[in-house]
Amino acid sequence: MERPIRVLVAKPGLDGHDRGAKVIARALRDAGMEVIYTGLRQTPEQIVEAAIQEDVDVVAMSILSGAHNTLFPKVVNLLRERGVTDRLIVGGGVIPEDDIPFLIQTGVEAIFTPGTSTKDVVEFIKTHVKRQ
Amino acid sequence: MNIEDRLLAGDKIACARLISMLENNDKEAEEILKKLYHKTGKAYIIGVTGSPGAGKSTLTDKMAKKLREAGKKIGILAIDPTSPFTGGAILGDRIRMTDLSLDEGVFIRSMGTRGNLGGLSKATSSAIKVLDIFGCDYIFVETVGVGQSEIDIVKMADTVLMVLVPNMGDDIQAIKAGTMEIADVFAINKSDLDGADKTKLEIEMNLDLNDSKAFRPKVIKVSAIKNKDIDTLLEAIFEHRDYQMRTGNFDIRRINNARQEILDLAKEDLINLIMKKAVENDFLNTIVNEVYKRKLDPYSAKEELLNLLLN
Repeated sequence: MERPIRVLVAKPGLDGHDRGAKVIARALRDAGMEVIYTGLRQTPEQIVEAAIQEDVDVVAMSILSGAHNTLFPKVVNLLRERGVTDRLIVGGGVIPEDDIPFLIQTGVEAIFTPGTSTKDVVEFIKTHVKRQ
Repeated sequence: MNIEDRLLAGDKIACARLISMLENNDKEAEEILKKLYHKTGKAYIIGVTGSPGAGKSTLTDKMAKKLREAGKKIGILAIDPTSPFTGGAILGDRIRMTDLSLDEGVFIRSMGTRGNLGGLSKATSSAIKVLDIFGCDYIFVETVGVGQSEIDIVKMADTVLMVLVPNMGDDIQAIKAGTMEIADVFAINKSDLDGADKTKLEIEMNLDLNDSKAFRPKVIKVSAIKNKDIDTLLEAIFEHRDYQMRTGNFDIRRINNARQEILDLAKEDLINLIMKKAVENDFLNTIVNEVYKRKLDPYSAKEELLNLLLN
């Protein structure tokens, strides 16, 4: 049997809205993935530690607070510092178009904004996951 | 450094990786466990079971925190159900343990059941070994939310903690067979709710009917969310551990568990072997069809299938 893709769904920072993260978690579950949800208000350090202990293939983060330019790159960098470079990192939430090129450049491989179909997210993860 | 040396050096990335490999039936990982098996057996394994929403994760979080104060290294394996339809899972036990997430001395791993019944995943016993080699003093194994008959945890745990909540049914529920029989310690969680005393009394009365020479499980009222009476609960767990050490029951239990594990592993390989043989030349479909058409009975079909293995 094919192994399931493991995904950490995380909410970095201080906003308290996780409807979207839960919808994504559910969609990934229905696509046959193992989804680890860590709950609200996580620091980048907590997200990185969970990603390592859970040995996930994908870190999917959602932010609605506007702190994405700070928190997303922080997670990418902390993972790099630990020598972890074989994971797919994606982000979502209310993120202005203008910020997306910067985030992609720092190592977040896709940004999903409101209106994205969950099918597209599933498809992106399946085709971009880095580990066998 | 290879994954084996990194695990021994306390590398969390290697520990996590090895558990994944075991979950994915990686033969290399099994070879590593063969080599390192002699290093296992040091950790004390506490099974935490109970119905969905009883507070197993929150209670585990609080117990782990107390043991951390005493400087112990903790491993936590939290099992949640895998969908039988899609193979996907939501593993959400970690949400209750966020305070532990940055603690250097704690390793938490969520696992999906991946088709296994009985409350645990197939790789759980292997993952316990990895955490044991990793150097954990205590390993908590949190089962899926159980009903009345998922008792696999008893095959792996040194002490089984059953987490109950008030008002889950009448006193008949307390005398039913199954999960209620495997507990070494009972926790009545959410003890601030009405009915906690009544539930405790019902469990106690049921326990009074046990063989008087057997170990008498303690029933402890706790509130995980209020962090209340966690010390008392841990004391009850240690009391059970000490009783087992004193009486030799600890060794008896571990011998039984070893026997069970060998047989379970053999059973699994045997089933895989049968399945492999069965699908060769479409044999399985052929006999299934014959049974369906009443040309062959299922008992003779089984014998034909097993004969394949012997030839």
